[in-house]
Amino acid sequence: MHENILRLADITMQFGGVVAVNNLSLEVNRGEIIALIGPNGAGKTTAFNCITGVYEPTNGVIRFNDEIIVANHPRGKMKKLYAGENAAKYKNTRIMDPTPDQITKLGIARTFQNIRLWKSMTVFENVLTAKHMRAKQNVLSATLRLSHAEEKRMRQETAELLEEQDLLQYADALATSLPYGLQRRLEIARALATDPVLLLLDEPAAGMNPQETQELGEFIVRIKNKYDLTVLMIEHHMDLVMQFSDRIYVIDFGRLISAGTPQAVQADKRVIDAYLGVVDDE
Amino acid sequence: MIEFLHTNLSYILSGISVGGQYALIAIGYTMVYGILRLINFAHGDVFMCAGLMMVYLSASVPLWAAVPLVILLTVLLGFLIERVAYKPLRSAPRMSVMISAIGVSYLLQNAALYFTGGLAKIYPMIPWLSNSITIWGATTKMVTLITPVLTIILVICLTAMIKYTKIGMAMRAVSKDFETSQLMGIRIDSVISITFIIGSFLASFGSFLYFTNYASVTPTSGAMPGLKCFVAAVFGGIGSIPGAVIGAFFIGICENIIKGLGWTTFSDAFTFVLLIIILLVKPTGLFGEKATDKV
Amino acid sequence: MEKKDKTGLWLTFGFIALIYIGVFVLEQVVNANHIVFTVLKKGAIYSLVAVSMNLLNGFTGLFSLGQAGFMLIGAYTYAVLTMPVAVKLSDSVYKYYDCAVTFDTGILAALICAGLAAAIFAALIGLPVLRLKSDYLAIATLGFAEIIRAVFQWGALGPITNGANVLRSYLDLTDVTIPFTDIPIPPTLFVFIAAGICIAVIMLLINSSYGRAFKAIRDDEIAAEAMGINLFRHKELSFVISSFFAGISGAMLAMFQYTIQASQFKSAMTYEILLIVVIGGIGSVSGSCIASFLFISASEWWLRFLDDSKYNILGMNLMRAGFRKLVFSVIIMILVLFFSRGIMGDKELSFSGLAKRLKRKKAGMPAKEGDGDA
Repeated sequence: MHENILRLADITMQFGGVVAVNNLSLEVNRGEIIALIGPNGAGKTTAFNCITGVYEPTNGVIRFNDEIIVANHPRGKMKKLYAGENAAKYKNTRIMDPTPDQITKLGIARTFQNIRLWKSMTVFENVLTAKHMRAKQNVLSATLRLSHAEEKRMRQETAELLEEQDLLQYADALATSLPYGLQRRLEIARALATDPVLLLLDEPAAGMNPQETQELGEFIVRIKNKYDLTVLMIEHHMDLVMQFSDRIYVIDFGRLISAGTPQAVQADKRVIDAYLGVVDDE
Repeated sequence: MIEFLHTNLSYILSGISVGGQYALIAIGYTMVYGILRLINFAHGDVFMCAGLMMVYLSASVPLWAAVPLVILLTVLLGFLIERVAYKPLRSAPRMSVMISAIGVSYLLQNAALYFTGGLAKIYPMIPWLSNSITIWGATTKMVTLITPVLTIILVICLTAMIKYTKIGMAMRAVSKDFETSQLMGIRIDSVISITFIIGSFLASFGSFLYFTNYASVTPTSGAMPGLKCFVAAVFGGIGSIPGAVIGAFFIGICENIIKGLGWTTFSDAFTFVLLIIILLVKPTGLFGEKATDKV
Repeated sequence: MEKKDKTGLWLTFGFIALIYIGVFVLEQVVNANHIVFTVLKKGAIYSLVAVSMNLLNGFTGLFSLGQAGFMLIGAYTYAVLTMPVAVKLSDSVYKYYDCAVTFDTGILAALICAGLAAAIFAALIGLPVLRLKSDYLAIATLGFAEIIRAVFQWGALGPITNGANVLRSYLDLTDVTIPFTDIPIPPTLFVFIAAGICIAVIMLLINSSYGRAFKAIRDDEIAAEAMGINLFRHKELSFVISSFFAGISGAMLAMFQYTIQASQFKSAMTYEILLIVVIGGIGSVSGSCIASFLFISASEWWLRFLDDSKYNILGMNLMRAGFRKLVFSVIIMILVLFFSRGIMGDKELSFSGLAKRLKRKKAGMPAKEGDGDA
């Protein structure tokens, strides 16, 4: 029943002498909402960056729909410096180092910890530009307006995405003029515009109050069901994590220290010591 | 090898000489870039202005007074340029400051064009520097021998200053992390001004030596050397003073060897080919450091 | 709202048509040697190269200083192609070399080839250079432009380029005719038409999906990549297209000047174009055009009096050759320091924009940032 969408195997990311992610293995199955939690600086965003091709992991393999999309093993200068584990395990794997746009084309989309909207563009244009990747056109047909059917389709789909997010009324406003919470939603809408199968959300609830966080959680479930998505999110808002995620992975100092259902993780002593602390009655 | 050196001695000597002159200018570029991440396009023209100032001053004032006066005025020019054209744009996008630098360069060249009427000006003969001297069969000027020595002395003084004085430490801090240095209470304006002052100071020395050798100054005398010195700085690793010096000597020597081999038309292009190669193979230069972006 | 935009569009077309008619009439009425035609022709040519530079620097965010090199390639390609074979084989131009090019073409074919030649060079140069960070990109492109200039002056290529010597006696503005006929087109009008068509194509590109991709790269290239935009392919595209039009403008400059020489295409030329782009507004096509005409008018025409000692006041011998350029440079510095957003900022000149502004003034409201089409 579980169709595996994403599998990280022994992913290690080392910068010079610093091991940011150490031997991380995790699995995301179709239709799940998986949360990646841990203290600041634990390596969560770095893990995201390895998945999306921003960084080339020093060691390990990533599979998407059971096909290898990222693979590397310590070579050259890194061979001597390598301080992670499983150094020899992937020596014979063919190296794959995709660029972020190739990853997105496969169907993995992401949002950013510090919002990265395009400042000079309007709300509508931000989402519309994300449609460029899949448009059936080339530079000549686009310039000479020969592919106006494609342009029309892109605009239509953009309008639908914005409407669903309740952002259509801001379509012509500059993206950065929106309040913070709406900017985060816009970023999610933009990621959805790339027609993803797997959605990576980096702290989507950052800066939101409890009510907005609740709405965000419900929103994520809604779009997951509507677009048949799978979601992997980094989050610090425990109410969002505990209520809406199917499974949780806990990272500290680049290592996986716990994994399992929200209840199991909440009770895990290692997690309590490293991160969660004792549950407070609010 | 010895034969090669002997027949080409005059070229190699000129190479070392012009290399030293380039080094004095290249340091200015590398220091400013290290601190402000700005390519000071106007630096080469400041060097040219120093040459012109010497021409005009030596006509009305005795030489022993003209030299310090030129140094002072060049330093003042560098300081003013920073205050007027770069400081106001410190918070503007990087491209704006670079455009301002290009504008200043344009202004200096046109000002020089106006004042000189476009004619090349003959550089005054500094006694003893311009004397001829023969070494191992090659005839050259004293300045050719003095330049490397003077350059090395100045660079040693500068390196010592950066390593052992408080202001030197401040300069190192600012070039590592501009914002944090400000937060730690370092007076950024002073540090930046001092950087420009040192750069202009060295450039004025460079101009004494260079123009004594080349004998005439035109408004565009600074453009090509300026560009070459910037390449020298990139080659050595932008932000590194010893790198800039080595880069400058390398370019000076190679340039002259190329001339010696008869490929004069390409002696200038050599510098740019070197630039392209460096940018492709090791953009951080010989002694540069790599910085990683945080996503 | 839709209707207003349509009216605005029609008004813009009408306005542009008026300009063209005006140029046509001017050429019939005024003496061909009047300085206004120099200004109009050069202004239009520089408009095109400024817009091409704006496409690269302003819209894609790639700070490139190689424009003069591509103009040089375009100019030379055009001149060598249109020079009649008889002239090539004689000694009048290729005095020291035996010309290796044994054919000639018409003006239109040569213009297109000029653009293509520049584009091909750009494609090759872009491969290594576009991976570099912004400052290094600027220096690398500057370096390549200088290398190109040195190569074109090289004696060994003399049979094609005539080495360091002048190229002339090729087809120029007086030879332009309506295709397939012998009816001559007035020179200024031709320059306007050619530049106009090219600028129109660039505008179409900017307003297309690819233009949005370019702007995304400029604003935040990490986000652009994450949204599926292949950075290298799009940067290369922008670079090649920009150079294509720079090549065409170089060819038009050759037509305008009647003689060209490699030494003329120095980095100083690129700096002037960059200044025009900044004055007009980085990211505004209409700004580049307006600034280009202002720049050329000021430097070639309006400030001419500053060079003439006739106008000396108070016995000060200020006004002589070179004063014009000096004053001009000071004005440029003032613009760069105090008006760094340029005349148009990043907005385009449009009637709906002007209309909005007038409406606000009427209603007594302060003018808003959004006036003018983004």
